Amino acid sequence: MPSLTKLKSVRSRLGGNNFLLTVTISMFVLMYLVGMVVYEQQNFGTMQTFFNMLMDNAGLIIAASGMTLVLITGGIDISVGSVVGVVCMMLADLMENKGMGAYPAIFLVLVFGIIFGAVQGWLISYLKLQPFIVTLAGLFFARGLTAMISVEQIAITNEHFLGMAHKSIKVFFGAVVNKRGIKLYPFVHPNVIIALVAMLSVWYICRYTKFGRSLFAIGGNEQSALLMGLNVKRIKLLTYTLNGFLAALAGVAFCLNTVSGFVEQARGFEMEAIASAVIGGTLLTGGVGTVIGTFFGVLIKATIETFIRCDGTLSSWWNKIVLSALLCFFIVLQSVFTYIKNKKNQSI
Amino acid sequence: MNNTVKTKFQDILRKPLFLPLFALGLMLIINVIITPSFFKISIQNGVLYGYLIDIINRGSELCIMAVGMTLVVASSRGADISVGAVAAVAGAVCVRLLGSSYEAYAVPMIVAILLCLLAGALCGAFNGFLVANLKIQPMVATLILFTAGRGMAQLISAREIGDKMVPGQILYVRMESFKNIGGYLPHIVVPTPVFIAVAFVLITWLILKKTALGLYIQSVGINPKAVRLVGINSTLIIFLTYVFCSFASGLAGLIAASRIYSSDANNIGLYMELDAILAVALGGNSLAGGKFSLAGSVIGAITIQALTTSLYAMGVTADQLPVYKAIVVVLIVAIQSEELKRWRVQWKVRQQKLKEAA
Repeated sequence: MPSLTKLKSVRSRLGGNNFLLTVTISMFVLMYLVGMVVYEQQNFGTMQTFFNMLMDNAGLIIAASGMTLVLITGGIDISVGSVVGVVCMMLADLMENKGMGAYPAIFLVLVFGIIFGAVQGWLISYLKLQPFIVTLAGLFFARGLTAMISVEQIAITNEHFLGMAHKSIKVFFGAVVNKRGIKLYPFVHPNVIIALVAMLSVWYICRYTKFGRSLFAIGGNEQSALLMGLNVKRIKLLTYTLNGFLAALAGVAFCLNTVSGFVEQARGFEMEAIASAVIGGTLLTGGVGTVIGTFFGVLIKATIETFIRCDGTLSSWWNKIVLSALLCFFIVLQSVFTYIKNKKNQSI
Repeated sequence: MNNTVKTKFQDILRKPLFLPLFALGLMLIINVIITPSFFKISIQNGVLYGYLIDIINRGSELCIMAVGMTLVVASSRGADISVGAVAAVAGAVCVRLLGSSYEAYAVPMIVAILLCLLAGALCGAFNGFLVANLKIQPMVATLILFTAGRGMAQLISAREIGDKMVPGQILYVRMESFKNIGGYLPHIVVPTPVFIAVAFVLITWLILKKTALGLYIQSVGINPKAVRLVGINSTLIIFLTYVFCSFASGLAGLIAASRIYSSDANNIGLYMELDAILAVALGGNSLAGGKFSLAGSVIGAITIQALTTSLYAMGVTADQLPVYKAIVVVLIVAIQSEELKRWRVQWKVRQQKLKEAA
């Protein structure tokens, strides 16, 4: 019976860990199609709208990729939003008040991110403190640090930085012909390139390196990973350090969008990053997750944002509430999913 | 002789409330050095006035929240990080119900207060359902309200501008008697929040002591599975602690709203989640659940308020405050950590060996 084996193989491919990813991707496609029909007047279907979604969320793509790494090990990092905020403020302060060039400033904030991540990672892996407490303290520390640098908003006027922020890179497909008959190519800003490169590197690390496989082993069962001979502490430390670096990079990408630094910047960003990863099928209990899913999680969040913008009558708070509801839905889904899985294992 | 003094001293050191009290004492001593008039209390305009009064007055919300948080930590081995946002929601509900314009007070004050507390308890029921019934890690489950809560509070704080209801406004109350909750009752010199906090802590303490609930909560925190086998409904206990914690946050939100006489969705309960967790940790409670001490948490909350007040006195602004608190949290949690204890024991053993060798 070939049809049955085929059905079985489809089932096994859909079942298990791919199930959540499948739900996510179909949800995104569905939402996007609905958007194309409902908001056709607002050009929802054009390529440029899609690229705008990427441009607006370049920072989130990077931060959520880093978050995926941390979640796979079974940890969590809720300090990324504050790190993004402090990085923006540091960039603005270094360039505007200290007169530093754009590249040295970016280099410095990336180093800051690495150190910040390493300290958190050390506390979590070597002192065995709860990741949540440590990163909650990190959240408040970085937010306070932002206020210490300046409570006023600083706008960035550095030419190099502005050049980088506003440079348009043409994409040679999906062109639209406007009323005058001129072909308009869609464009992206450089931060999208940074984001995609960061995301693909994380994907590569997860899939093809020893370090990446160790992450899954630790998330699956830390005890057995230890017995297997993995240096769990060092790998965890490295993960949080890498995440600190990615959070700082996300801050740079975010800053390229906002070109300013102020105290309240990127508040709630950590939730968006966690939500994107969770919606993309990363299990909060660790051991399961892919960056591709996270990418679709970000796209779903961006689609909701675009809906709200196209609608025009809803206030921006709805954005956070809808995203939280979605996060809640996926967490509950995961919980049910894990419950069924455990029950199956028990029956065997 | 010398030995008995030494053992007595060690006994005192081992008392569970020693460290919290020591921290509080240290804080007070530092304060006296900075401001010599620290312990001075006088009566001005018919009310008590002074640093100490200020600390217990401003610290009442934190006290209430810390008591709720203690139970959550004890039962579920994780903290509720949505307390600040829940306080904002409760404050917004109360002020919105009291009326958002000059014309009419929509409901009597008592109804507004009850519904505001109910709103807090409902938030807690949501958190509790996720944690207790769906077995989601406490901090992840409460993360949802941590971010969504302020958005909800903004939506609730809507006011009629023109013909449309515009959300995200700062609503003002136009009812003089509402001020009493966060201010002073007529002819009484002690601020009302202190009474509310004392009553709240006492009632909680009595409920936990006179019924077996306190014991249940401790045992659920130590081993939920064993408790389940004994026949106690651990799910219900955890659920109840979350409802209680959010109810406490609602009460704190009510006091905060009354204090500023308006609803400010962005600032009510801001940074309170860290303070509440810090109070629990400072009070000598382990963040890994199990045994707890309400008195410790209350002392912890007062210590934090003393720290906040003295940092303000030193010219630190409200925005910068989290930096210092974050450092304190990490230090306390690090000192409590098992790993550090293990290192210390190892170090002692090594020293002993060196001594023997020499």
